[in-house]
Amino acid sequence: MTDLRYEAPATLEAAVALLGGAGGVARVLAGGTDVIVQMETELVEPELVVDIKKIPGLRAIAPENGGFRVGAATPAMEMVEHAGLCRAWPGVIDGVKLIGSIQVKGRATIAGNLCNASPAADSVPPLAAAGAVARVVGPAGRREVEVAKIPVSPGKTSLAKGEIIESIFLPARAKNSGDAYERFTPRTEMDIAVVGVAINLTIDGSGVCVAARVVLGAVAPTIVVSEECAKAIVGTRLDEAALEKLAAAASAACRPIDDKRGTIEFRVKVAGVLARRVALKALERARHIV
Amino acid sequence: MSKRHHISVAVNGDDYDFLCEPAQTLLDVLRDELMLTGTKEGCATGDCGACSVMLDGRLVCSCLVLAVETEGKRVDTIEGMAKDDQLHPLQRSFLELNGLQCGICTPGILVAARALLEKNPDPTETEVRYWLAGNLCRCTGYDKVVRSVLAAAAEMRGA
Repeated sequence: MTDLRYEAPATLEAAVALLGGAGGVARVLAGGTDVIVQMETELVEPELVVDIKKIPGLRAIAPENGGFRVGAATPAMEMVEHAGLCRAWPGVIDGVKLIGSIQVKGRATIAGNLCNASPAADSVPPLAAAGAVARVVGPAGRREVEVAKIPVSPGKTSLAKGEIIESIFLPARAKNSGDAYERFTPRTEMDIAVVGVAINLTIDGSGVCVAARVVLGAVAPTIVVSEECAKAIVGTRLDEAALEKLAAAASAACRPIDDKRGTIEFRVKVAGVLARRVALKALERARHIV
Repeated sequence: MSKRHHISVAVNGDDYDFLCEPAQTLLDVLRDELMLTGTKEGCATGDCGACSVMLDGRLVCSCLVLAVETEGKRVDTIEGMAKDDQLHPLQRSFLELNGLQCGICTPGILVAARALLEKNPDPTETEVRYWLAGNLCRCTGYDKVVRSVLAAAAEMRGA
């Protein structure tokens, strides 16, 4: 790491130009909670780090069209402390709260959690369930990309060379809807998800589920957005039969690995158990969020 | 050789200037350049919390901050916690209730606990345990740490 270059440009255009023009390995530095660890452990030896925190607007949570735009350099703790965001998207906040210790969340960002492209990232399933959209800026201009389409395999994203996530947009919260995220870990804190499930659903005036997005984490090389799970609960009141179908669909959607934190059999079973719990929690919130 | 950066930073209210390489962490600079060795290195990968400091009022691991990022910022470390000879109530409480054994994790725990009490002067035991989950202690089993924090909180509230 002796010939590392550090740049902190004042504009996105300059950041894109630096990253696009880099000859060797270049990394975006926002919270640094993945990048600096990778540098310390010599997993990645970049020749250039581009600190995006001096770019105006990137460290902000701004209301937009009834939703919120979260700048890519906004630390997780600022999201957790944002009353409006917590009210609108409690399931996203469930995930953000689990990203790491208070210290790590003082720096870590959801854009970084997304770009680290771990299938076990805790904020990614609820962001995908919420229908969050990443604004990507690069040498070819701006594009809007669904959060679910950013990670393509462990550690790999669909971003091209020189592209940066500028912000993540959480849409307006639909009426009578709620979201939730839970994960299984052997410890209650400071651990990596063995299985995670996020559900965002909407009910009508009579309590029937009219829309749902169900996203599984840590059970495949990327998060899994499961249409089958959504179909199991849409049109129902989340009665026992619907929850049974949901659990079966969640288990069927898993393509997990066997590792020291969980066997394939265990992950498949737990995905179903968590899906039921999370659906009921999202339903409870949908009844109370107007 | 990388380009060296000239950085000006306020540590515990005092202005410091230093030169650093881009890969040096804030922890490296605090300990090796500024000789503020109260902040400890445990894991150097953000898992143990021994290097906890406040950066512009936010609790962070100084091993996960590059020193070049701190230009113009405010850093508060364990060295700024006591005011002259007057220990902070948390420091006194840890001494009185034996909230430490070997002491390596203690500066980080004190800095983290102070950050908690500034936000929440009356935390429950559960809140203390969750807040300090990022501070590992291999000696105490945490019980005396948690009791020390709760006792200091009560004293600071005048309870």
